[in-house]
Amino acid sequence: MEGNLYPLAVFFGAIFTNNILLVNYLGMCPFLSIAKEFKASVGLGIAVIFVMTVTSVLNWAVYEFILEPFGLEYLRFIMFIMVIAAFVQLVEMIIERVSENLYAALGIFLPLITVNCSILGVSLFMVIREYTLIATLFFGLGSGLGWFLAILSMAGILEKLRKARLPKGLEGPGITLIITGIMALAFMGFAGILPIS
Amino acid sequence: MIATLLISVAIVTAIAVFLALLMVIADATIANYGEVQISINDGSRELTAKGGVSLLKALGEQEIFIPSACGGRGSCGLCKVTIDKGGGQVLPTELPWLSKEEIENNVRLSCQCKLKQDMEIKIPEELFSVKAFETKVSSIRDLTHDIKEVTLELVDPPEIQIEAGQYIQVEIPPYELTDEEVYRAYSISSPPHMNSLVELEVRLVPNGIATTFVHNYLKEGDTVMMNGPYGDFYLRESDREIICIAGGSGMAPIKSILLDMEHKQINRKTSYYFGARTAKDLFMVEEMERLEKELKDFTFIPALSEPQEDDNWEGETGLITEVLDRHLGEDAGELEAYLCGSPGMIDACIKVLQKKGIPEDQIFYDKFA
Repeated sequence: MEGNLYPLAVFFGAIFTNNILLVNYLGMCPFLSIAKEFKASVGLGIAVIFVMTVTSVLNWAVYEFILEPFGLEYLRFIMFIMVIAAFVQLVEMIIERVSENLYAALGIFLPLITVNCSILGVSLFMVIREYTLIATLFFGLGSGLGWFLAILSMAGILEKLRKARLPKGLEGPGITLIITGIMALAFMGFAGILPIS
Repeated sequence: MIATLLISVAIVTAIAVFLALLMVIADATIANYGEVQISINDGSRELTAKGGVSLLKALGEQEIFIPSACGGRGSCGLCKVTIDKGGGQVLPTELPWLSKEEIENNVRLSCQCKLKQDMEIKIPEELFSVKAFETKVSSIRDLTHDIKEVTLELVDPPEIQIEAGQYIQVEIPPYELTDEEVYRAYSISSPPHMNSLVELEVRLVPNGIATTFVHNYLKEGDTVMMNGPYGDFYLRESDREIICIAGGSGMAPIKSILLDMEHKQINRKTSYYFGARTAKDLFMVEEMERLEKELKDFTFIPALSEPQEDDNWEGETGLITEVLDRHLGEDAGELEAYLCGSPGMIDACIKVLQKKGIPEDQIFYDKFA
C-alpha cells in the first residue's frame, strides 16, 4: 500500500492487527510481572510508548545514515541495543532532575524498559519492513500504544479476576498467559477490518 | 577487505565512544547534585555527602550502617529510616515495604532515596556504634549434630563493644548457592567483656544460603566480614526475678547475658528454661551447670519434648510451654522474661507468660526468623 495513507495504516496496524505483544509475543516479561497492578501498568505503558517512539526514530537514523552507507547492517543488533540503553539512561537522569512527580510515576520504570525486548523488536521490524522515517515514527508510536492497550486490558481483567476462584495451579502467570492467548485471538479479529501486514 | 574491516571497527568504536561520552557528560551535569548536608537526629550529627547516591550508600561511606540484607536493591525492606526533610515523594519501589502509618510518619527505605537536597533524618541512636569488622575464623566446633559454634577473632578494628544479647550481620560471599553476597543476622553468644572476639551459634537449615555456607564451606583461618552490633534484646536494669526461655540456637544471646551477669556479679534470681527435642539436641549443659555454681541464684531447666528410650532422661519432659505452665506459680506477675528462638515457640510462650500475669512490658524477645 503506497501513498499518503500508508503511515496511518502502519499506525493502526501496529496497534491492532500486528500488536507487538499479542501477535509477536514480545515484551512478555514486564507484561507478566507488572500487569498485576493497574497503576503501575499505566506508568509502565506510558514509558513504553515514549521510549518506543523515540528509539525507533533514533535507530532509523543510525541505520539509514551510518550502518547502511558503510555496509554494516549486520551490526544493527548491538548498535540498536546501545542506542536504546544510552537513551533510556539519559531520559531517566533528566526526568529525575526535572520532575519529582514524573519520576515517581514513570522514571522508576525506565530501567525496566532497557531490557524490554519489544523495544528492540520494533527497531528490528522497522529495518526488515523497510519503513520510511514517517512510517517508522508511526510504527513506533503505534506499537507503543498497542503494548499500552494490551497491558491495560490485562491489568483490568486481572483486577476482576482477583475475586474469582481460580484453580491453584493456574494462579499468577498461568492464567495471565491463557488470557493473553484469548486476547491475541480477539485482536486477530481486527485483521478483517484492517487487512494490512 | 582489511579496509572494510577497519572502517567497521572504527565506526563501532566511534559510536560507542560517543554514547559513553554522552553518559559521562550527563553524569557530570544532569546527575550532579553537588554536595548535600545530612542532619541526623535533630543535628546531633551533621555530615556532608556527595549528592546523587542513595542515602543508604552515603551513610555507609560515613561508617553509619543501616541494617540491610539485600545490599540496596529494594528487595528486603530492612533499611528503614525516618526522613523528615528532603526525601521527596515515596517511590513505587518502596510501597510494598511501608505500612500506612509508616508513610504518614515519613518512614522511607534509605536504599531508594537519592540525595538531591539537604536532608533531615532520624535513625536509632544505637546505629552510631555499628561498625564494619574484618574477622578471622579462629575455631569451628560442633555443639550438636546440626548446630556449630563459630568463633570469629576480630582483626580490624580489633575490639567490639556490645550489650549482651545483641546480634551482628555476617556477610556470606558468593558461592554455589548464591551469585552475590548476602547478609544474615546471628546473635552473639560470647559476653561483652570478651571484646576481641564474637562467638556465634549456627544451626543448619536445609538449603539455607548462610547456614549451608557456615556448615560446609567455612574453614578455620578464613576471613569473614561482619557488621554490628544491632538489636534491643539485652538485660534491663531492675531487681526483678529473671526467667530466660530458649530453644535450639536461641541459646546464644541467653548465654551471653548469663556470662555477662557472672562477670558483673549480678545476682538476681534467674531460671533458664531450654527446650530441645531429644538428648542429642541438648548442648552447653556443663557450662550451665558451672554457672549454677558460680551465680548465686541460677537454675537451668532443660526440657525434652521427645526423649528417646536410650536417652535415659530424668529431667523435665514435654513442650517448653507445658513445662513453663507447670513451673510458674500464680505470683509470676513480677517476673522479667527474656525469650529467644523460633517465632512459633516465642509466640506460644508469650501466651503462657501473659496467662500467668506477666505484663507485656516485662517480656523481651528476639525472634529467629
